[in-house]
Amino acid sequence: MELIRDLAGELAAVLGTVASAIPFILGYILLILLTLAIWKAIRKFLRPRHDYGSLKTVTFGDESAVTSNFAASVISIVLIFVLWGAFTGSRLLPGFLHVPGAFLGEGSFTYTAQAPDGSTDDATVDVVVFTFGDVVELPEVEPGDGFAKNDVMEVASYRSELVRVDSNDEITREDGATVIAVNGTPVSAEGEGVDVGFGIVTMTPRGTLNVTPAKGWQMEPIWLPSPEAVLARLSEISQVGFRNSTLAEHLGYSLFRVIVGFLLGAIVGIPLGYAMGLSDWFRGWFDPIVEFMRPVPPLALIPLVIIWAGIGEVGKIILLFLAALWIMAIAARSGVSGVRISKVHAAYSLGASKWQIMRYVIIPNSLPDIFTGARVAMGVCWGTVVAAELVAAEKGAGMMIMVASKFQSTDIVIMGIILIGVIGFGIDMLMRWAERILVPWKGKG
Amino acid sequence: MSNLVIDRLSMRFDLPNGTAVQALKDVSIDLKQGELLSVLGPSGCGKTTLLNIAAGFLAPTDGTISLGGKRVTGPGAERGMVFQQGALFEWMSVRENVGFGPRMKGMPKAEKAGIVDHLLDVVGLGDFKEKAVYELSGGMQQRVALARCLANDPEVILMDEPLGALDALTREKMQGLVLKLWKETGKTIILITHSVEEALLLGERLLVMAPRPGRIHKEYRLPFAEMGVGQDLREVKKHPDFAKTREEILGMIWDMEEEIMGRQEGA
Repeated sequence: MELIRDLAGELAAVLGTVASAIPFILGYILLILLTLAIWKAIRKFLRPRHDYGSLKTVTFGDESAVTSNFAASVISIVLIFVLWGAFTGSRLLPGFLHVPGAFLGEGSFTYTAQAPDGSTDDATVDVVVFTFGDVVELPEVEPGDGFAKNDVMEVASYRSELVRVDSNDEITREDGATVIAVNGTPVSAEGEGVDVGFGIVTMTPRGTLNVTPAKGWQMEPIWLPSPEAVLARLSEISQVGFRNSTLAEHLGYSLFRVIVGFLLGAIVGIPLGYAMGLSDWFRGWFDPIVEFMRPVPPLALIPLVIIWAGIGEVGKIILLFLAALWIMAIAARSGVSGVRISKVHAAYSLGASKWQIMRYVIIPNSLPDIFTGARVAMGVCWGTVVAAELVAAEKGAGMMIMVASKFQSTDIVIMGIILIGVIGFGIDMLMRWAERILVPWKGKG
Repeated sequence: MSNLVIDRLSMRFDLPNGTAVQALKDVSIDLKQGELLSVLGPSGCGKTTLLNIAAGFLAPTDGTISLGGKRVTGPGAERGMVFQQGALFEWMSVRENVGFGPRMKGMPKAEKAGIVDHLLDVVGLGDFKEKAVYELSGGMQQRVALARCLANDPEVILMDEPLGALDALTREKMQGLVLKLWKETGKTIILITHSVEEALLLGERLLVMAPRPGRIHKEYRLPFAEMGVGQDLREVKKHPDFAKTREEILGMIWDMEEEIMGRQEGA
């Protein structure tokens, strides 16, 4: 019962987060529709198309009429980078596209202090907001007249700073003076802060003022670095390296593990699948093993593999071998089982021996299935290797982003994720290309 | 002379639910070299089972099949097979498909190429040698299947509804081709079909089979195949005997179908 209550609480929290994202999602959808309207308006002025598809009157619901719109893909990708740049104040974007950034520079507010005798006096606080890490020189200010004296303070953007405005006053907090207003607006520890234009001033329970400069809409680089920062980091790491290894070494090690693990899995898995497809004894023998191991996510094997084989290359390759093995075995099995009996009969009637049937009918007939399996296996292996490197590794793409995240090097993390995605996509493209070249008869039987 | 002798062939097998099916019962056929036999019957009459036994893919429970005195116990190159469709190797070109049998025998390349080129010209696919088979139309694919079977020079050709998946016009053309090949090569051919017209056109001898148990119901000796060799098949169809025999066989099959339906309703 407690579990259900806990889960219900978690669900409420998740739904709350989702609900807070709804306005952004709606805004994004609106942007999509807006670009669609613009595109439609523009297309009227382009050369009209006169292919067969353009003559169809029924397109809504016609699956063949819906193809990926290239313009939409381009706009979509460009928009991602524009949004990224806009929210990080990227220098690659013209300034008017930036969302409001954090306040930087000088601002000021006045406070009103009240002495125990009831008399009040105003003084000004000059605030210098600077980028964290910069060196700031505070301007000199006149103390001014009255018992409250002018102050000057510095505060890093995205941070906040306490300021004891009364410390240099003639009548301080210890003497019984209190701050009663900021910029003429009454202020108290219980009340809300006062918007002073460049930020918010609040009061702590002890009567100290707390200055928080406006954060704006842009992300701090520590959460989301700008595209050019990620790019700069890419060029830096590919030249200097990260953690005693170059970028090429990190990626190369990951790819090496995937390729070796996949090849071993295929070398064992394909004959295993053939045996299962051709012999009922082997089918019965291995069916329970394969059917049990297939749904076990390879990631769940990481702890066991680490215990047995350590965190070196052997352990990782065993893991990837296991990830690829079952997929390849099942692909080869279905490739063999999928052969049309009339093809086998025809080959026998043409005088082929068992071995010739294997060589000229069963193997070529199973190749399309094996290629499909290989594509899946390569994808799974790539995902598994990154995850395994997250857990423990000395080199590799996963290790790179994991270590970077421990040092809050978000730029390296994002660069790593992009590279991992690009390589995964590249692997899939390569497999598709190989499939087109090597098994052009796929799906044509 | 290699006669195909089917002697009191019976086929009976158990079903998973415990009952047994008598697919064939005491089927005897004596086919002389060069004869063209078409087999017709309602579905479930065992005609495909008969062909599969002749090809050697199934073993009968009783009776024997022998070709030229040699008993048939398994598939062999002397009994070629043409299937309805989908039996071509789509990973091979047209030329490779036709050359498959000779290649399996280890025939020298030059000799094989000569046979393949000749047969592809005979079936009218001389210009399509290097095409992939999936690029061809259904009718062309069946031409490749015929050529592939002939390339192996079998003594008997077994055809399992080879034209069943083709459209009516292509089918008519292909019927002419089958007759032409039969006459030119002098092969013994057994052709299974469910089209009465096709059975009449492509059968020197015609067997009508009856179901449950699968058995020979009636045998005809027909002149139409011989007539069709020399002239347009449409002319043959206008022959008064053609229409008469067709109506007779159709009536026979209708009666069988009705009997099956009645038995099912009664059960």
